[in-house]
Amino acid sequence: MLRVGILGVQGDIEEHTLSILKVMKSNGLKGEVLQVKSNGELSSIDGLIIPGGESTNIGGLISSRGLLKPIRDRLYNGMPALGTCAGLIVLAKKCYDRVVGDKSQPTLGVMDVVVERNSYGRQKESFEADLDIPILGAEKFRGVFIRAPTIVDIGSNVKVLSRLNDSIVAVQEGNIIGTTFHPELVEDTRLHRYFLEIIEGNIPQSKPRFLP
Amino acid sequence: MISLAGTIPSPKCIVREKLVEVEVVRGTTLVKRGFAHMLKHGVIMDVTNVEQAQIAEDAGAVAVMVLDKLPYDVRMAGGVARAASLRVIEEVLDNTTIPVMAKCRIGHTAEAKVLETVGVDMIDESEVLTPADEERHIWKWSFTTPFVNGARDLGEALRRIEEGAAMIRTKGEPGTGNVAEAIRHLRIVNGEIRILRSIYESGDEQELVKAARELKVCYELVAETGRLGRLPVVNFAAGGIATPADAALMMNLGCDGVFVGSGIFKSEDPAERARSIVTAVTYHDDPKTVAEAQRMVDEKKSMEGLDVHKLELKMQMRGTA
Repeated sequence: MLRVGILGVQGDIEEHTLSILKVMKSNGLKGEVLQVKSNGELSSIDGLIIPGGESTNIGGLISSRGLLKPIRDRLYNGMPALGTCAGLIVLAKKCYDRVVGDKSQPTLGVMDVVVERNSYGRQKESFEADLDIPILGAEKFRGVFIRAPTIVDIGSNVKVLSRLNDSIVAVQEGNIIGTTFHPELVEDTRLHRYFLEIIEGNIPQSKPRFLP
Repeated sequence: MISLAGTIPSPKCIVREKLVEVEVVRGTTLVKRGFAHMLKHGVIMDVTNVEQAQIAEDAGAVAVMVLDKLPYDVRMAGGVARAASLRVIEEVLDNTTIPVMAKCRIGHTAEAKVLETVGVDMIDESEVLTPADEERHIWKWSFTTPFVNGARDLGEALRRIEEGAAMIRTKGEPGTGNVAEAIRHLRIVNGEIRILRSIYESGDEQELVKAARELKVCYELVAETGRLGRLPVVNFAAGGIATPADAALMMNLGCDGVFVGSGIFKSEDPAERARSIVTAVTYHDDPKTVAEAQRMVDEKKSMEGLDVHKLELKMQMRGTA
């Protein structure tokens, strides 16, 4: 049975939960979704979603509640993760704000990407646009960008999944996916399905593996 | 997947343009309500200057709300309360990475257009300020910037959504440090939703039409509320929240997050209080952690409370149409 965790600190937790449950139902998968707010819940999950929200809040709380290291350890051991918008910022090695600049904020820092926060501007500048995401098929994916960041630099192991104009909006590094938009806000669940496939493929080999 | 119910055909707020090569759309219901969804399980804090905004951001607020005076001080000052100075709003905008909201007077479309122009992330059409129009609220479908509105009951909430609000909050009784009214309003809304839910499940459409007439709102929003068993937009608690336990109680009653007005910066321990309320909101269902949060503050430093039964001015009675 699949156990998908949603980091339940802040943000659109229920929207991700609904998307995952919808995929499980349509694929006939046995599984459950649980909110992760403490170490105990973390140890029982096969994959983790870090939702959209405010990255300063999410990073601050996982730091003050002692969750940074345990989450990082599980990710280094190969646990799949999906971070959307704020979730991507929390996963990124480095981030800065387009207007305010560098702002020290606690993050997991496991993904080899540099992210610019509030990259398109403020809420007035938020938008929807059709995206090409080849791994999800030829059909366009409706991207919802809310005070969205952009990915301004990537490491050599990071695969670009989608671009909007020249800027990178979706990436994958190993078992970790990051998007600057919100797949959980739309009916289309292909990205969540892709994430569940990564988790399924990962389970047989997820027995003890050790840090490099 | 979020509800888009009640969206009017081709609202004026939709902007279609090219972002370099790509066709983009701004101001859609999905983008506006979606913004509110990102605030869920978070705390929005009232601030009156950039220093307070910094404290709020560092404490983990999901947004700040800029006012000229905190609601408690609005009560004490009397007179006419208007939107904050643009100088202050712009200074907060330039120095804050989290969303910045500001309040405008009920029905004051021009004040709201000013706030949209300077670029606030959300506008609160608020009963804390002196209403400019006693009959009508702002027609929010003309704005690309999303709005939040206060409500005391389901009818008020759905009427505001019908006018284009992307988010609802309870009114409570602002500036009192007394959470009783916020609890009352949330319970009323929840109770009325339970009734709609049972009508919806019974399949009796005519009864839903009757409910829509009583609530003075369109059928579509009533049916959607019945189907969902909750408001079709994000619903926060506001009005009188002063301690971590207050915030946890509101979350336990089923709201999506909280606004704290005077409770933080009228206390004598604002930074600790802000952090403790943020913790209590996330861990509202875990009494041990709420107790830990409550331990971070000192009751001797809480804001001075006001008895709601002795108030001359009931802000919640503004803009109920």
